[in-house]
Amino acid sequence: MKGYAHVYDRKHINTDEIIPARYLNMDKEADLAKHAMEDLDGDFINKVKQGDFIVAGEDFGCGSSREHAVWALRGSGIKAVIADTFARIFYRNCINNGFLAIESKDISKKVRTGDELEIALESGTLKNLTNGEEYTFLPIPAFARKIILAGGLINYIKNEAK
Amino acid sequence: MGSTITEKILAGHCGKESIKPGSLINADIDLIMCHDITTTPAIDMLAANGMNKVFDPEKIVVMPDHFVPNKDIKSAELVKKIRLWAKEQGITKFYDIGNHGVCHALLPEQGYVKPGMTIICGDSHTCTHGALGAFSTGIGSTDLAAALYTGQLWFKVPETILIKLDGRLQKGTYSKDVILDIISKIGVDGALYKAMEFTGELIDDLSVESRMTICNMAIEAGGKSGIISPDQKTIDYVKERTDEEFEIIKSDDDAVYERIIEIDVSNLEPIIAFPHLPGNGKPISKVGNIKIDQAYLGSCTNGRIEDLRVAASIMNGKKVADGTRMIVVPATTEIWKQANKEGLLDIFMEAGAAVSTPTCGACLGGHMGVLAAGERCISSTNRNFVGRMGSPESEVYLSSPATVASSAIEGKIADPRKYLI
Ligand code: SF4
Repeated sequence: MKGYAHVYDRKHINTDEIIPARYLNMDKEADLAKHAMEDLDGDFINKVKQGDFIVAGEDFGCGSSREHAVWALRGSGIKAVIADTFARIFYRNCINNGFLAIESKDISKKVRTGDELEIALESGTLKNLTNGEEYTFLPIPAFARKIILAGGLINYIKNEAK
Repeated sequence: MGSTITEKILAGHCGKESIKPGSLINADIDLIMCHDITTTPAIDMLAANGMNKVFDPEKIVVMPDHFVPNKDIKSAELVKKIRLWAKEQGITKFYDIGNHGVCHALLPEQGYVKPGMTIICGDSHTCTHGALGAFSTGIGSTDLAAALYTGQLWFKVPETILIKLDGRLQKGTYSKDVILDIISKIGVDGALYKAMEFTGELIDDLSVESRMTICNMAIEAGGKSGIISPDQKTIDYVKERTDEEFEIIKSDDDAVYERIIEIDVSNLEPIIAFPHLPGNGKPISKVGNIKIDQAYLGSCTNGRIEDLRVAASIMNGKKVADGTRMIVVPATTEIWKQANKEGLLDIFMEAGAAVSTPTCGACLGGHMGVLAAGERCISSTNRNFVGRMGSPESEVYLSSPATVASSAIEGKIADPRKYLI
């Protein structure tokens, strides 16, 4: 999977920045997407293209449990978030939605906005096609992979019941 | 080798004798709480997948709280949808307007939380209920849908950090100051993925309500849950509210912890968390002159009766400073009534504050006290992220209810200790 990076080199980017609470009176992906990252980068939604990645610092997605944060990002076209580390509920929500969240140490310092990245899930490597560097990431736990491959937790449960 | 309370509760809920941190389990869920923001997507997911019946309507409590009384048409639609859904599913524990309240204040108050339970809600502050010795954690809407349908949910058993709190609090400092101090010390991701277990002399001393304030903010250190082994105070609190049986589960003396943090609270000052992180705590003596536009007293952290009592004792006969607004939001209907009976609401209104009906309201920048660009608020809530209470250019300072009250009187962040005799 290939995509271009939008780098936010900051720790503790929280769910209020990813999708402000004032928009939580809506729950549809397309509506939420219009406000993705609004309080952090008002221009994000104009810059993002289908298939892009977000690259960020430690503790990405901290704060509230709103899954709206995952939906807003996915709706905006983002295909994966790659961060130094993730906050727990956000990470869980990504898995449950079959949305890629990849943890790679110090990644926010290594990649620049506009770099083209390639994620190889099997080998746990991340290639920077722009500068030729290669990074590793924490393998996604087997259980989580099953959920992601099933297309999310609800599908996984449906499959299990069969 | 012993086990922690968290390991024991989780083991018991997946049919195991004992369990180690790091294992992935599917645990039975005893109680699911649903509110107005995260529930509707779960309802849609269930419907879209033909999952038409919840696993057990008796184990589900529904309480719209974030944007109630409905703040606009969109919120009204959300609440209408969950109201209809609850009815159709035969869920009778529905707290509608008139019995409403902030979910994490209402759930224990109404006797639903018992020691030893597993509890989930699509809300990050679900960790609050660990104060009564339950495993309680926040999850997202997909998790919620899965649990509503199956009665189970996957968890990675967390390692536990033990936080031992010794010493006595000085006058004017409260459990809120303690937890703001802890988060400032360990950082907003200092307990990432971990259970935070609180123990020690201070915990023994604190009321059950004050313990809730501490567990409420475990998530602000990244924690999966906050928990306190039950004692006689817990048992009395629960027995006053329910006749149902419960099991007392506690940590073993030789339980294994990821880390033990010891803190002596004897010299703790009131703490103020500066924008824009709950971990930016400073003792009041180092705060300087910070003018405020609004003082907000409420939320699942500090909107309970003891919080209103402390604030009212400071504000009795005083006035909110010119140019400052104060908003008081009792967290539940019962608390509102009790505060009214005790004359606390009169004290606030005589002082020039506005008292609202229970709601999450401005805690998350929803309604009833949203901030404009450039405005500053001192708040008894739990989060001060960018834009949390309104404009991304506003500022939120977190403190105890006492500090909110003293600051309202002075129109700037002020030490509450001089108002307490
Ligand atoms: S009072 Fe605030 S923190 Fe508590 S549940 Fe409501 S919005 Fe969340």
